[in-house]
Amino acid sequence: MVVTAERTPLYEEHVRLGAQMTNFGGWLMPLQYTSIREEHRAVREAVGLFDLSHMGEIRLKDDAVAQRLLTRDLTALRTGRVQYALLCNDDGGIIDDVLVYAVADGGYLLVVNAGNQDSDFDWIRSHSPDGPVFNVGREWALVGVQGPRAVGLVQRLTPSPLDGIKYYAFIEGRVADVACVISRTGYTGEDGFELFCGNDDAGRLWRALLEEGQADGIRPAGLGARDTLRLEAGMRLYGNDMDDKTNPLEAGLEWTLSLDKDFIGRDAIVRARQSGLDRRLVGLKMLDRSIPRHGYRVLRDGRPLGVVSSGNVSFTLGYNIAMAYVPPALTEPQTRLEVDVRGSAAPAEVVSLPFYKRPHPK
Amino acid sequence: MPDVSGMRFSESHEWVKQDGDTATIGITEYAQSQLGDVIYLELPTVGQQLDAGGRLGVIESVKAASDLYSPVGGEVADVNQELKDHPEYVNQDPYGKGWIIKLRAIKDNPKLLDEKAYDDFVKGQAPA
Repeated sequence: MVVTAERTPLYEEHVRLGAQMTNFGGWLMPLQYTSIREEHRAVREAVGLFDLSHMGEIRLKDDAVAQRLLTRDLTALRTGRVQYALLCNDDGGIIDDVLVYAVADGGYLLVVNAGNQDSDFDWIRSHSPDGPVFNVGREWALVGVQGPRAVGLVQRLTPSPLDGIKYYAFIEGRVADVACVISRTGYTGEDGFELFCGNDDAGRLWRALLEEGQADGIRPAGLGARDTLRLEAGMRLYGNDMDDKTNPLEAGLEWTLSLDKDFIGRDAIVRARQSGLDRRLVGLKMLDRSIPRHGYRVLRDGRPLGVVSSGNVSFTLGYNIAMAYVPPALTEPQTRLEVDVRGSAAPAEVVSLPFYKRPHPK
Repeated sequence: MPDVSGMRFSESHEWVKQDGDTATIGITEYAQSQLGDVIYLELPTVGQQLDAGGRLGVIESVKAASDLYSPVGGEVADVNQELKDHPEYVNQDPYGKGWIIKLRAIKDNPKLLDEKAYDDFVKGQAPA
């Protein structure tokens, strides 16, 4: 069997910039251009540019189907606003985490994880066999502009006033004369935008942002930095921190649940809450220099009782951090635990999430 | 081009440079480029005995943890303490200030490659 990774419309740009490429969710994506550390720092201190075109987009026009499949009550979501929500299976396991855009011509646009876009589409289609559902991920490019200088940079390239766009809201406009959906969202813990445009315009938009951003210290940033940034911001990564065997309560995502409406998985989640959880996601701060990683065991006095779901260095904080699943009794901040790092019990303590919050949120 | 004269190389991408009865050991430019940003090294202590081809320690980058192997045998004479606070030296200058340990009482390893043979070996590696 030959497995061919898909390429985004920005593939040639990455090659030209000398990126190290990697297969992520079936897509050939830049892992890093120069250094994950430098790209991470650029996003925290200046601005970083991301190719997110591997993300999937699914157009779902049927309000009733959306209400039935998504964990959050969407009736209050006004046009031009975005919500984070989950798709769950009948057992309450998380199929995917998605952004829901309430679009002007009715219904929703779901932005879903790259590796799940086709299975998400099949799932939605199976609940709406003849309904208006379209898998449009391969028709759209997506470019992330993230960091304290992102808003100023994008503003210089668009006549649309950006100040009025709240966090988790979007408008349609032109950036560098490219028709875009300008969305004030991100996966880095910084202010900034995600810009959706047609595939054919992606290169033009990318190059214009890189050129105009020179004055801001812009750097193209790969998936390596995206992962260290989202971890500091306490954002879960589907496939690492949750999967279809994880229920939203375990993952600390109860705020995405509208349990007073009927949605697929609701009853199982309510039952799980009543019978009590076996594990919950916590933040861990390492107390020595060991680096916790996905799959490492979490110990208490040497006894294994949990597992690390994501871990790495925190370049911004200067220590190492992890998200881990542990029994609910051990989730209080400052609880002392250990992580089994190659046979040594490395000391850690529970801390509240997120690890990092940007200094002046809008 | 960094000066690698007098260095020999292992197929696990370490270099060794012998100077009198001391051998300095590090990882190659190819190795650092494959690892990406180095963030931590777990290293032996002075006085420890290492075998040629035996495990020397662990090098961690943002991407992954990888084992290091000692190209020659010997007793650990010195460990680069600078790397504790500046692991990035391994990326910036792998043949210079990014050196990792020094050994004495060296037991040589005839299986090591010279520069030309190592270059050919790297060219034969599948691209990452």
